[in-house]
Order: sequence, then structure tokens, then C-alpha cells
Amino acid sequence: MTDGLIPPPHPGDMPGEPAGAPPGGTARAFPIVVVGHVDHGKSTLIGRLLHDTGALPAERIAQLRAISARRGLDLEYSFLLDSLQVERDQGITVDAAQIWFSTALRRYAIIDAPGHAEFLRNMVTGAAAAEAAVLVVDARAGICEQTRRHGYLLSLLGLRQVAVAVNKIDLVGHDAARFAALEAELRGWLAGLGLAPTAILPLSARHGDNLLARGPHLGWYQGPTLVEALDAFRPREAAAEAPLRLPVQDVYRQGEQRIIVGRVESGRLAVGERLRFTPGGQEARIAAIEVWNGRQPRLSAGTGESVALRFAEDVFVERGVVAAHPATAPRESHVATVQLFWLDREPLREGDRLSLRHGTSEQRVTVEAIEAVIDVQTLTASSATFLPQNGVGRARLRARRPLAIDSYADSPRTGRGVLVRGHRVAGGFIVEALPEQALELTAVDAPVTRAERARANAHRGGVLWLTGLPGSGKSTLAMRLLRALTDQGRQAYVLDGDNIRQGLNRDLGFREEDRRENTRRTAEVARLLADAGLIVIVALISPLASHRALARQVVGEDFHEVHVKADLATCEARDPKGLYRKARRDQLADFTGISAPYEVPAAPALVVDTAALNVEEALAALVRYSHDAFVVPDEPR
Amino acid sequence: MDDLDQLEAESLYILREAYSRLRPLAMLWSLGKDSNVMIWLARKAFLGRVPFPVVHLDTGLEFPEVYEFRDRYAREWGLTLIDDPCPPIEAVDPALPPASRLAARKTHGLQQAVTRYGFNGLIAGIRRDEQATRAKERVFSPRGEDNAWDVREQPPEFWDLFNLDFPPGTHVRVHPLLHWTEIDVWRYIERENIPVCPLYFARQGQRYRSLGEIGITFPIASEASDIPAILAELRATRAPERAGRAMDHEGEDAFERLRSGGYL
Repeated sequence: MTDGLIPPPHPGDMPGEPAGAPPGGTARAFPIVVVGHVDHGKSTLIGRLLHDTGALPAERIAQLRAISARRGLDLEYSFLLDSLQVERDQGITVDAAQIWFSTALRRYAIIDAPGHAEFLRNMVTGAAAAEAAVLVVDARAGICEQTRRHGYLLSLLGLRQVAVAVNKIDLVGHDAARFAALEAELRGWLAGLGLAPTAILPLSARHGDNLLARGPHLGWYQGPTLVEALDAFRPREAAAEAPLRLPVQDVYRQGEQRIIVGRVESGRLAVGERLRFTPGGQEARIAAIEVWNGRQPRLSAGTGESVALRFAEDVFVERGVVAAHPATAPRESHVATVQLFWLDREPLREGDRLSLRHGTSEQRVTVEAIEAVIDVQTLTASSATFLPQNGVGRARLRARRPLAIDSYADSPRTGRGVLVRGHRVAGGFIVEALPEQALELTAVDAPVTRAERARANAHRGGVLWLTGLPGSGKSTLAMRLLRALTDQGRQAYVLDGDNIRQGLNRDLGFREEDRRENTRRTAEVARLLADAGLIVIVALISPLASHRALARQVVGEDFHEVHVKADLATCEARDPKGLYRKARRDQLADFTGISAPYEVPAAPALVVDTAALNVEEALAALVRYSHDAFVVPDEPR
Repeated sequence: MDDLDQLEAESLYILREAYSRLRPLAMLWSLGKDSNVMIWLARKAFLGRVPFPVVHLDTGLEFPEVYEFRDRYAREWGLTLIDDPCPPIEAVDPALPPASRLAARKTHGLQQAVTRYGFNGLIAGIRRDEQATRAKERVFSPRGEDNAWDVREQPPEFWDLFNLDFPPGTHVRVHPLLHWTEIDVWRYIERENIPVCPLYFARQGQRYRSLGEIGITFPIASEASDIPAILAELRATRAPERAGRAMDHEGEDAFERLRSGGYL
């Protein structure tokens, strides 16, 4: 070795698995996390625990001894976890590695959470997966900066079971008075976080005192050993009694059937029950729980189960809505006040636009206000306009579409979420409060009715919704129909998808969420124009049945779905805007017909087959249909 | 729900998340026990039909029993199989130790498949308990343009609220079995009666605990000729699962280097 620091790799020196295969058993390993300030001894504690509970094979201990020796150290238990080269080089743990050990009571999955401030995002990743935490505090140094930060995050992440290991007690001469003073300080601080520690115990990880047995130096201590403290943790209670929450993950088709899939986040559901989908408020009855290769038919499902549901009625919902029992369905709200932690280097500021994910729903939100930033050292809140990296605070978020969200106190699993900026998870939040009552807007009655307008125009207002593949002829037919109707003296107007995208909808792209919003806004405008008495011809690809169902819902009466039909080859051969060529050449994502689906309407009011009919014939069919649909027969004078 | 039910439900959730947002999507089928479990889970998630292709990174060096298994079950399970040959050994960095170099052919095969078919999502059957560097993985693990894994810059992932919003040019490795253990896998194979390659069962005092290429994969001494015997053996053993995989042991960081370069 030239520099004496990093020995070259040596065959057979790879630590490989930190522990042997986890011991069997029927219960799932109890996940715990070990947190605390850097250098307070987390990795050593874990290494020692694995060693003393017999989780390490003899060869592994020999390897560990060899690696330690080549770095000029005695048996260094922390090397066991720091199995990546980078970590060994820098002496810090990068990430939450998961390993197993067993006590006489049960087996544990243990997550080593790193202490280095830069790696807080990994600590959050580890701690969020755990059911209980061991907080390691150096007996000499006491409560330090990251001790406070980790403690605060444990409380924010909802971890209520915390045991505190006062480590390196040997280095304060096993002093009972020092321990008692620190214990009192710890209790006071944790109480301020709303945490009651399950145990506070002295130990020495390096010497193995008070891990499995009290050891010779701690005769004055009467409380539990570390292993006893671990075994006293209780499994998290399943939220079976809580109201049902089933965020819709996806909708599959099986022949004519639509199957709705998702995971029950809380509560129970059973075949025959009626569910409501929020937002939107559709309701349907569960006809069956579909299974493949099941041992027996499933009639009900509880918290944590992934299900596939068939409904007795047609449901046009999409990923992101929440299914619940009608009496206990979540509220809809555009605004939520959240407590959040922020992990991104770039601070969070008022006015920032982010993606919010909760359940299976992803939406754009705006940070309407940062109400407070919390100093985790002093636990005081102060006003601020931004939240720095690794900061925690309270903010008000406003969503473009209504959120079906719970408060964390009512429903922890559906009352929390993550914030995404620039394709990365940048923070997490729990919902503190929803507005007392969603602001109810009351429609103002107009003094002129639709019937009056219809009499004046000699035709009713309404919407002809032309859906079809790009190049099927929607725009051409819409413009020809506008001419024809106007020539007949009708009040008509065209809303063309491409034109609207240049104005009203120019902030929208072609992802599914944007297409949906494009559809919604177009439908809202069409409804207003129809209400004003016009025959509105909408030319919009609107490829998804669920989006067209939304349009129908927005427009209400006088919505007429027209399928402008032509096969893909015909449309591609026409390619009036050169889009298919471009899509094929540039491999455009989300191009309907090529890289995105087009769902053929199941029951359109009219089908215009432009592959079989020429333009004049297709137009004639539309004129005839419009006449039947909108024109009011002459009243006898 | 027992622990296997919980693992199954979580894996179904992950597979459905991947399928709802990552297209085109494919599943890597190494033909080992884990990836057979994964295909089984996909059939459960999608009610019988695996709605995406399965990719076998074929080095031409699998055991004959493995090819036999592949051809039979690709047919029986109605799979869309992609089995393009991996690039030749000459295409791989000659500075790598011999077994790692052979293993790295799969990395190149993987890159080739990503380039050729434009996959945005690749489902792989790695588990945390197999190997220390795999323990660092995320369930949804993004890879950049060069296919590399940056262990220091991994995005946070918590509360099962998986971020599925990735920049263009990223492909994402999806790991539905990350939280399973070797024993969980065998218990599930037993419960569900999932077919696995016969090489896992002892013949003449030997069996394979982990399957890889001929020449760099070695059997263990074992009398375990059925699943209960394998489970008993695993509960008693202290030897690591991948002890018979030569490329893991060519240096302190050999496997980590393979993985940073895009290996599974």
C-alpha cells in the first residue's frame, strides 16, 4: 500500500450478504429503523446486535476481522453494513440497507439509516418503511443537531414507537448520574414532539453491554436491555375498522367488461356493496372480485389487499379516483393545509408549481402560501416565504382539480403524499387540515331560458361531439357542417381541438392528465355556447371513453357523441397535417393510434364512416342528424 | 393475511403501478426461480395474461435444462418471448476479471434490448437479501442514458407512493420482489405450485441454489430433492445464496462495479 489508506481489493474479501439468509417463520419480519446523529454509533450498534444474536456466519466474522485489520482497526462492527466501497472509503453509510436478525420472540428487518445530513432523503426512505425506531444518542455528546432533526421526522412520518439507546456509556465511566440527566432531557424533548419513548436505556455497542444482557458495569440500571426493548414494540394495527379507501390504480378490459384494480389502503369491501368514486361521485355495485388461479372465490377484501373489481353497472372512472362507501366517502377539496418536509436542494417557495401524488392520483398544485417554517432545534414556528432543503414547515397547497383527500388524523395512509419537482420526489407531507366547508358556488338563474332561445332560433342548442383518430376527417366535416347549418339559418359554432390548443388550452400537453383537462375545458366552453342557444360542433380526438364520459357529464342534456370513423391505415394515408409521418419518424410519444390508444365509442349517437362515404355523403348524414336532433318543428300558427 | 399474502399484494401493486405508467414495458426472465415467481405474480396482477414481453438475455451458455424450461413454459404460459443473443465476449471490457466479463455480456444484452425496443420500464427479480449492493436498491430505480446506476444519487422513495414521473431518456428498473427473501420465494413456489427448473433439486448429492451461466455457476452439496427439504436446508444454512456465482467474488467491489455499470 502506498498511501496506507485504501488497500486494494482482495479476492474473497467481499462482505457479500451482510447477514445470512433471514431465518424462516410465518410472520413477516418486524421492520425497525436505527437513527441518530452521525458518529453516535448506529452502524456499530447494528453490527454488534447481528453478531450477538447469532445472525452472522463464522466466515463473515472472519472476513470482517480481516477487512478491519487491513484498515488498521480491531473488529469494526460498522463495516458490516458499510458494504459499499464508497462508504468504506468515506466512513459514512449512504443508504438504508435492510438486514435481518432474530430474538427468541420474532425476527426483525433492520434498516440502517444514515446520519450524514446530506443523506436525509435516505433516512426518510428507511424510516417511512419501519414500524418502530431506535434513536441512538452518544452519552458524551447528548442531543445533537441530527438527533433533533431525526426525532422530528420520526414524529412527522408517523412513527410513534421509539426506544432511545444512550450509547458509549463506557466512555462516561458508566455514570448513572450522567445517564439520569440525559434521560430527563430526552423525555422532555420527545414529549414536545408528541412522542413517548417506549424505553430509554444505557448501553455500549462496542463492548456489547446491555444489548442482550446487562453486563458487569450497569448494576445500577433496572430497565430493559435493548433486545427486551425491541421485543416490547407492538405491530402496527391494521386499519380494518377505518372507512374504506381504495385508490383506483388502473382500469383493465376483459372482453366487454371493465375491471377496476387497486389496493385497499384502509377498511374492507365486499361483493354486493355500493361504492362511490370521488371526485365525480359516480356510484356502482361490486359484482365480483376477480382472481386468477384463486383457490376459492373472493367475496371480500381488507386492508393491504390488491383487488380487481367488476361492477354491476358501467363505471367510467380513471386512475386516481378513490372508491369508498357512500356514507364515508372522502371530501373533495381544492385546498389542503399540510405539514411537510422538503428534500430538494432548491428551496420550496410560495407560488411554486409542483406535482402532488397521494394514493394513485397525480395532480398539479400551487404552493399558495408557506405558513410557517419550523426550527427543529427549538421546535418554534416562524413565518417564512420559502422552505430550505431538509426544512420542515406548514404550507397551503391549491390543486387545479379537486383532491379526494383525508386529513392525516382521520386516515394516515390516505392523508399523506409526496411532492414531485423536476421528475424527482422533493418532499413529503401529511394533511393537517382541509377547509371547514368546501366553498359552495351557487349557480345564478338567468332570466332567459333555453326554451325561449330555442323558440327564437327555431332550434335548440346542443353539442355534436365528433371523436375519431387523427386524419379521420373531424375538422373537415366540422367546418363543412358549420357552413351548411349557417346557410340554413342555424346558429352554429365549431370548437376545433387544434384551435383551442392555441389559445384557451395552450398550457396543456398530450399526457393523459393534460388530455383530460383539454377535454374538460372544451366541454365546459361547449356547454356555455349550447346554453346560449348554439349548435356546437366539437372536433376533438378525445381518445378515451372515460374522457368522453366526462364531457357528457359536463355538457348534460343535448350531448351527441358522433364517431367519425376510419381505420388507422386510411387515416395515416391521408395524414392531412403530416402528423403520422412525424410521429413515425420522431417516435412521438402519446400519439393517438400509434403510441397512445384510441378507444372506439361503445354506443355513439351516430357513426360517420369516412372510409366508406365521400365527404358529401358524410356531410349529408351529419346535416340530417342535426336536423332531427336540434330543429324544433314549426308550431302551428 | 399471512406474510406471503402481504408480499403478494405488495408485488401486485408494484406491477400494476409499472404497467399503468411505464410503456413500453418488459420483464426480464432469467429463468431462475425468482423470475418465475415474478411471471406468476404478473399473471395474477393482469388476470391470467402477461401483457408485456418477457426478455431472456441469452448468452448461449445456459444449462440445457434451462433452455428446455424456457421453451416449454414460454408456450404454456402464452408469453411473448424476446431472446436476442447477447453481444459476444469480445464486446466486453477485457480489463474485467474473467467471470465478471462473462457476466457483463448480460449488461450489454440489456443495453441492446433497451436500445432496440425502446423499453421505458424493465421489471427485474432482484431481492434485497441476495447481495449487499442489491439491498441498496429502490423499487423504482431510474437509469440514465448510459444505463448506469448512481447509488449515491438515488431518489427518495417512501410510503409506497412511487414516483412514476421520469425525464425522457430514462429507463426504469422495477423490482417487485425487492422485499422478498430466498425462503419467502420457495415458500411461495410451494404454496402456488409454480414450476421451476429441475436443476434446483438435488441429484447425486448436488443442487444449484442460484442459476447462471455454465462455467461460472457452481452447485452446492445438498440432498434437498424437494421444496420442504430445500426450505429445511435454507433455514439451517449460513452460506450466502450467491456463493456459487463466481463473478460476485472476484474482488471486494466486483459485484458493485458490475451493478454500477448497469448489471442487474
